[in-house]
Amino acid sequence: MAYELVIGLETHVELNTKSKIFCSCGGHSSPIEPNDCVCPACSGMPGMLPVMNKKVVELAATAGLMLNCEINRYTTFDKKNYYYPDLPCAYQITQLNHPICVNGLVKVKTAQGERDIRIKQIHMEEDAGKLVHGGNSSFVDFNRTSVPLIEIVTQPDFRSPEEVVTYLGKLKSMFKSTGISECEEGAMRCDVNISVREEGTEEFGVRTEIKNMASFEAIDRAIRYEAQRHMDALEFGTEELVQETRRFDDVTGKTSAMRNKETEADYRYFPDPNLMPIVIDDEWLEQIKANKPVALDEKAEAYSEMGISDKEIAMLMSEHTVAKLLDDVIALGCNGKDAAAWILTDCAGILRKAGLKLKDLAITADGLSFLIKKVEEGKLNRGAAKKTLIAVIEQGADPVQYCDEQGFLVEVDNSMIESVIDKAIESNPQAVADYKSGKEKALMAIFGACMKELKGSGDPSTIRTMLIEKLKN
Amino acid sequence: MKYYMAKISDKGTVAVDDTILVKDELSCAGSHILDGYKPLFSAEAVERLIAKGYEIAGKTHVGEFGLDLVGEFSYYNELSSGESLKGSAAELVKSGEVKAALGVDMNGSTRRAAALSDVSFLKPTYGTVSRYGVISCAASGEQVGVYAKTADDIAEIMTVIAGNDTKDGTSLREQSYTYDCNEDIKGYKVCIVKELFDKADDKTKANLTAYAESLKTQGVEVDLISLDFADNANTAWQILMCAETCNNVSRYDGVKFGHRSENYRNIDELYVNSRTEGFNFLTKTVILYGSDVLSKHRYADCYDKALRVRRQVADKMKELFSNYDAVLTPACTKTEYAQYDIKDAFTKVFDESVFTAIPNLIGTPALVTNGVQLMGSHFSESKLLSIAKKSERTGE
Repeated sequence: MAYELVIGLETHVELNTKSKIFCSCGGHSSPIEPNDCVCPACSGMPGMLPVMNKKVVELAATAGLMLNCEINRYTTFDKKNYYYPDLPCAYQITQLNHPICVNGLVKVKTAQGERDIRIKQIHMEEDAGKLVHGGNSSFVDFNRTSVPLIEIVTQPDFRSPEEVVTYLGKLKSMFKSTGISECEEGAMRCDVNISVREEGTEEFGVRTEIKNMASFEAIDRAIRYEAQRHMDALEFGTEELVQETRRFDDVTGKTSAMRNKETEADYRYFPDPNLMPIVIDDEWLEQIKANKPVALDEKAEAYSEMGISDKEIAMLMSEHTVAKLLDDVIALGCNGKDAAAWILTDCAGILRKAGLKLKDLAITADGLSFLIKKVEEGKLNRGAAKKTLIAVIEQGADPVQYCDEQGFLVEVDNSMIESVIDKAIESNPQAVADYKSGKEKALMAIFGACMKELKGSGDPSTIRTMLIEKLKN
Repeated sequence: MKYYMAKISDKGTVAVDDTILVKDELSCAGSHILDGYKPLFSAEAVERLIAKGYEIAGKTHVGEFGLDLVGEFSYYNELSSGESLKGSAAELVKSGEVKAALGVDMNGSTRRAAALSDVSFLKPTYGTVSRYGVISCAASGEQVGVYAKTADDIAEIMTVIAGNDTKDGTSLREQSYTYDCNEDIKGYKVCIVKELFDKADDKTKANLTAYAESLKTQGVEVDLISLDFADNANTAWQILMCAETCNNVSRYDGVKFGHRSENYRNIDELYVNSRTEGFNFLTKTVILYGSDVLSKHRYADCYDKALRVRRQVADKMKELFSNYDAVLTPACTKTEYAQYDIKDAFTKVFDESVFTAIPNLIGTPALVTNGVQLMGSHFSESKLLSIAKKSERTGE
């Protein structure tokens, strides 16, 4: 019998904010010792009250806009009660009744074709801490408590593990390229709801949920294993399927039951009286929309139209700070294709030699656009520009100041170049004669004489063109 | 009786109750579960007092999490036999040792204590005093208030502690408030609620009647009215209060601070035994009741309904306050309470809270003075204080 797989996803994404969701502790990403990034609020001490981080609202709404969601103008927080040592207050602040975003849509393209995945809702919540087990003891690290998360809940619209993995890859590059999330190891976690039904039927089969998986590979394997288990049960009656929560074991590649419907926890949700409802008015929403980074698809398309290669686009998509630099340089009037080459070839080469990564590139858009424009205008030699870049990257020099100090900039005067060319033609009669008789190589001698005279200033290709024009006469 | 949980300064003029944090001083909210807990920071109200030059005298005893009648069930302050029930902060103020004391009004224990000790206590409008640094139980209705002998002293302290605090998301935006005790009360209209008046004993009734008479001599018009929703309002508040308290005290688990049972083999036993040993019978009852009203099968009928009742009570009280400047009620049924068994506490407090629940439920101010309670509309503290001042007994 043919079966159809029905999958829904709940994806937790850590937001890239400077501080935690309800206190001013720094975010999670900086490398620190356990419990360094903790205050009385996020460690649940009595007397502290949560204070909303506005940036979280903005990032969550931005993510919603990217996933074509409606933004709820009235959004509230609820408390979810459960006991666990990594949860200092014994409740998690989350959104149940009025999540920030609803009714979105994402298109997922796989070899089987394109499918619409409906987003049911996106809500904001705080992360829990981490338990570290060692010897006979367990240790609690609260660095991660109250780190802001969004949870993106889809409708049961996926029909294959490929679609799930493609969707997750799309979310990851979308959030990473726009800086909504760093999407580092463990910063994106998934719960998978899965059921199997006979192909052609409408009714859903018995659903199981596989909790808390962080790698795409594990998600793919877990879905395949679980789907097979469901199908075996339906086809051969190997076991009776029950609605339950399961965990996936990375080593054995199998899922096992955690808890079923009867033993399911009652989280006793209720509205958090410490957090007033958030009202997103027109002005704020317009501001969020205006600041929304261009989503991945649109952005990649725009780059492609500028003539930037697919390989370069892939590099830009993986580093949102670099893409931002390129966008800024383009905004300052530089040609996109050239600017991309400057960043991804010239700068990247220098960085590699210095043992640095592309994301370490520290040059302002103003500085870079200055160099690109001067080269274009012929006022800066390409080699000198490269020397400047090395000084910027290796010593943190200021591009404008450095060019000035080194005397790289030349006020080029075409009549001056013309007179130099004339002089070179005059003093190299043999080479001129050779060139005119068809020995193209002879041009180099005259060109070299010009460049020597100009001491490296002026744009070589312009000079070369002017020289050839002259020699035609 | 013992007043202090922790004595801080002999020169202090203001005491704060044990549910309000003072940096590095024991803050246990009267509960064994918070044994030895010393906070890293002071409550905003305390900081503001200190900034204005007030010295904190010490931490006064409270009943565990302020859930009891007047403060009789503190883990740290056992009653001596035969003593009638009094609140530590109220008695301390009455003794004259301090000018004023801060207390957290969550379920009326502060107001009842003030009435029994014949001092004044103002529970201000919700959101006017920061709750930052209050060991929170029922966040949606608790508020820091002031005990003092006179309306002027309450106004003085309120002026210092009230005003916006960005550390509390429920703090109102107003930067400061003015408390005027000298408004002309002639022509004010006050009503006595018949249903609440009838619940009190004869002595309390006589006291309230005498107070009403004294108001009349000041030119205040006093009516007797019927208000049929006080019991429902009380039930609604007890539901919300229990649910929120249950949630807020769930963080006390013996893992991070406070009392940890010595008797455990795994994390579940650590939780269960620490909490079993750490909470008293009243808190446990509140936890059970609070868990129940939030559970899936009860939420719609209890918690959600209580929120709807809150809305309706707010609307009805607003209407009432459009006709009256203040509502006059007893603060509790009796003028003196004998000791009783803690297992009866839940019923006792539930019954007594019928007088005090409305201001907690809807965030309006209430002032206990001369053993009676005056309730007003939001931000009507000046009216209440002016009424109180006019009838203060002078030259004792």
